[in-house]
Amino acid sequence: MIFVTVGEQLPFDRLIQAMDQWAQRTGQEVFAQVGHSDFKPCYIQYKPFLDQAEFGQKMEAAQLIVAHAGMGTIISALERGKPLVVMPRKASLGEHRNEHQSATASRFAALGHVWVVDDEQGLGEALAFFLTGGEPDRSQITRIEPSAELIQAIREFIRSVGHQ
Amino acid sequence: MTKVMLVSSSGGHWVQLNRLRPAFEGMELIYVTTEERYRNTVGLAHFLTVPDASRWNKIRVLWLAVVMLWHILRVRPDVVVSTGAAPGFFALFFGKKLGALTIWLDSIANVEEMSMSGKMASKHADLWLTQWQHLARPDGPLYKGAVL
Repeated sequence: MIFVTVGEQLPFDRLIQAMDQWAQRTGQEVFAQVGHSDFKPCYIQYKPFLDQAEFGQKMEAAQLIVAHAGMGTIISALERGKPLVVMPRKASLGEHRNEHQSATASRFAALGHVWVVDDEQGLGEALAFFLTGGEPDRSQITRIEPSAELIQAIREFIRSVGHQ
Repeated sequence: MTKVMLVSSSGGHWVQLNRLRPAFEGMELIYVTTEERYRNTVGLAHFLTVPDASRWNKIRVLWLAVVMLWHILRVRPDVVVSTGAAPGFFALFFGKKLGALTIWLDSIANVEEMSMSGKMASKHADLWLTQWQHLARPDGPLYKGAVL
C-alpha cells in the first residue's frame, strides 16, 4: 500500500489527482489523507483527516509514503524509516503562501530517506522506479552537511575539558 | 583515546546521531541503540543495544535503565552524546554520575519546544543543545547549528 498525505491545513489537488491517475493506470493500492482538497479521487481510498492512531497505522502499513513537504510528515516517515517521496507545494500555483516547502524539502533530502520531486512528471518517474523495486536514488540527492558550527562546537567542547 | 558513547533510540534520532560523527574523529566510538539492525552500519565502532521502552511502560523503562547502567559501567565512557530519547536520558543520567562529559542534542523534530526527554536531560547535560534558534535561551538550551 502507498500512503499519501497532504497535511491538514491546505488542499493539494495536484498531488491527489496525480496519485489517482497513477492508481488507475497501475492498479496499485493507494490510501490518501486528502485534507481540504476539492478533487474527489475515483481509484484510491481516501479520507479527509485521520486521527493520530490511524495516521500511525497507515504509516506503518505503507511500503512507500508520498506527501507534501510538511515537517510532521517528513519526521514521521523518517522516524519509521519509511521511504518517502515528497512533492513540495508551489506558492506560484496557489498551493501555499510561500515557497518554504521547497526549501524544507531540500534540507531534508540530505537525510537520504527523502526523495524530492518537482512536479507530477517527477512523481511519475519516482513511482515507476519504486514499482521496479527501486529505492530513492541517493546519488541524486543533494548532500547537505551538518552545520560546521555544530560539529566544531561539539569538538571544541570535548577538547576544552581536557580530552583529545 | 577518548571514549565517546553515542546513544539514541531508532529512526530519526539515530539518523541525526550519525550525522554528528565528524565531530568525533580520532576518538573511540561506542554506539548504543535499540535496534539490532543498525549493527552493520557503524563500521569499526563498537555497537551495543538496549531494550526499547516508551515512558508508558514502567517495567520496560526500568529494564532499559538497568541495561544502560550496565553498559556505562563496562564501557566507562569519557563522553556521552545523545539525540534522544529515553535511552539518551538514562545514558546522560548515569554517565554524568560516573564523571563523563555529557552532551544532549535535541532532535530537529522538536520545533516548538524541547522534547520531554530533552527537558529531563537538561540537569544532567554539560552541553544542552537545540537545533532551532528560536528555542535557544541564554541559560540553555543553546543553539549551535543543526544536523541538516
